[in-house]
Amino acid sequence: MAPEVSTKNRLANGGYYRSLTRNMILTVIVISLSPLILLSSLIGYQFHTSYQNKVLDHLQEIVRKHKQNIDSFLNERLANVAMLVRVHSLKKLSSEAFLKEALSLFREEYGGVFVDLGLVDERGVQVAYAGPFELKRANYADSEWFKKAFQSPFYISDVFMGLRGLPHFIITVKPEGARWLLRASIDFVAFNSLVEATQLGKTGSAFIVNRNGDFQTRPRFATAFPRELLTGFLSKKTGTQEVAVFENDDPSGRTFLSLMTPLKNGQWILVYLQDKTDAFADLYRARRLGIIIFLLGGLGIVGTSVFLSRRMVQRIARADREKEMMNEQVIEAGKLASVGELAAGIAHEINNPMAIMVEEAGWIEDLLQEEEFKEGGNLDEFKRAVKQIKTQGKRCKEITHKLLSFARKTDPAIKVVQLNDLVEEIVALCEQRAKYSSIHINMNLMPSLPTIHASPSEMQQVLLNLINNAVDAMEKSGGSIDITTRLDGSYVVLDVADTGPGIPQANLARIFDPFFTTKAVGKGTGLGLSICYGIIHKMGGEISVNSAVGIGAVFHIRIPRPKIDGKKGTSRS
Amino acid sequence: MAIAVVMLVDDEVPFVETMTKRLTKRNLTILTAFSGAEALEKLNRQRNVDVVVLDVKMPGMDGIETLREIKRAHPLVEVVMLTGHATVETAIEGMKLGAFDYLMKPCEVEQLMAKVEEAKRKKGAQEQKILDARLKEIIGRVGG
Repeated sequence: MAPEVSTKNRLANGGYYRSLTRNMILTVIVISLSPLILLSSLIGYQFHTSYQNKVLDHLQEIVRKHKQNIDSFLNERLANVAMLVRVHSLKKLSSEAFLKEALSLFREEYGGVFVDLGLVDERGVQVAYAGPFELKRANYADSEWFKKAFQSPFYISDVFMGLRGLPHFIITVKPEGARWLLRASIDFVAFNSLVEATQLGKTGSAFIVNRNGDFQTRPRFATAFPRELLTGFLSKKTGTQEVAVFENDDPSGRTFLSLMTPLKNGQWILVYLQDKTDAFADLYRARRLGIIIFLLGGLGIVGTSVFLSRRMVQRIARADREKEMMNEQVIEAGKLASVGELAAGIAHEINNPMAIMVEEAGWIEDLLQEEEFKEGGNLDEFKRAVKQIKTQGKRCKEITHKLLSFARKTDPAIKVVQLNDLVEEIVALCEQRAKYSSIHINMNLMPSLPTIHASPSEMQQVLLNLINNAVDAMEKSGGSIDITTRLDGSYVVLDVADTGPGIPQANLARIFDPFFTTKAVGKGTGLGLSICYGIIHKMGGEISVNSAVGIGAVFHIRIPRPKIDGKKGTSRS
Repeated sequence: MAIAVVMLVDDEVPFVETMTKRLTKRNLTILTAFSGAEALEKLNRQRNVDVVVLDVKMPGMDGIETLREIKRAHPLVEVVMLTGHATVETAIEGMKLGAFDYLMKPCEVEQLMAKVEEAKRKKGAQEQKILDARLKEIIGRVGG
């Protein structure tokens, strides 16, 4: 993009700035967000996996421990009954009194786990019974458990209602070659409490099912146990010590975590079910927090980048505008300069014909003195007209001379200048004229004033203009002009004070404007002070005026001392 | 007898012509030249010129240059500069080079007359001094 072509276009349509803003915003966002995203997703992923593993391990551990507890519980109960069978004879076992004693002993020892004890013969009839129910002589011949129990030395049944109409399960022990077996029923509630202890979080529940999926303990919630999970587990043929982990969605859309491990040699299965969001609640909370922080941070970054980019682009736009304005001013100044040159040329061209015209009028005036015209009736009119021509010619002269001096290229060569010398020189020039108006010029010059770098002819012009103005102001009244030079920090200061009528407040602001004059028409061009202003500003100085009406006016000129004085002396006497 | 013999040097022919008429009328003997070179040439032939009224701005050889030449060849001839410019510098430079005075164009004929008369007086005084010196020398020689 060519920079010069674009500046105006940029200002003309806001498109450039809009796309600049957009690019800046995008760059800032991408640069600041991408490491944030990368870092947080990496850490988030790592944390997620490790935390999930930790939770799963923890759950597995709990389930495994429980499995051991339950297995050992069952084994111990079985061992209790087996001990009874091994130690005592059939005869003793057939005695209800003995059974009662044994039962009360068990209950005492193991809480209310054992509900009853009973001896069942080969026909399935309960020949001896101790317990709270009227189950003596009850016939179990058709019961599922009896058929199975009679085949093996030990048997633990599933939970069932049985004759008593309450959920329980049965442990049976049948000695080698015996035609009977000892049966103990285990209280469902007591057994249940063993499993129920494994309740974690809000949704965690543990229960036992058999291979058909029938509940062997009461689950914490009345959830339907998904059958396919069980078949999945069974088909996996998990080792008896392992804990398998599954994830599945329930119809309501929630994801459940299920841990399963076989119990009782694979006949039962301990299931632990928990809502995944509950199981990983801490993780999800942390993740939520992280996401919120990330979003807030991102929002902050986006906001900041938008804000900063806008502001930056606004500044750029302002700078561009200023540059454009400056360009226009430079062009304007160039135009003014060429107009000035043109004016100077024209003034010079006019001056010569004007001189001729005035001379011709003078010649006519001369001729009018001759005898032959003396009698002419219009002689006075002729004389008046000629005089008028001469007066107006003089007026033109004034104007062209001022114009020429305004546009004239003075020698701008910068030299080392002692301001005091210049002042003395110019004052000497002006003193004669001042004396006629009874004006006294006082000089109060600092003896060892540092030199400045300036164009001597330009400085002369400034001084002359100021002194002439002061003299003009006091032409009729007389007064004094005080010229002071002094040092103020890094500035050389020149004050020109007069005791004239002063400058009205309304004119103070315009006094340095070109063509502003309070002098009578034809007396001033209004260029003097604006020339001074231009010269002083060109050399980096300042010109200002203080005035009080009726007291006088003071012009202050401050010219900076040269920064590097080099070998040239700072003072010259 | 004419007050003085004056040479007007300016490239503006009508200006020179009118001035000639006006100054002649005021009892001056006027010679004219329309360029610096012409002025120098005429001065070489015409030995009795008292004052040269010289325009500063002329094509070819300009006023300052002409002035320098005049003062070199005829040191006693007084020169009054006429400037179209309000250039103080040029006027100052001219006077440093030996010009008698300067006037701004267009100027009052009376002013010019006054300056010419002054210049003529100065020249006369100068010539008188030279004469006296010569006389003194001669007398001294006689006496010695």
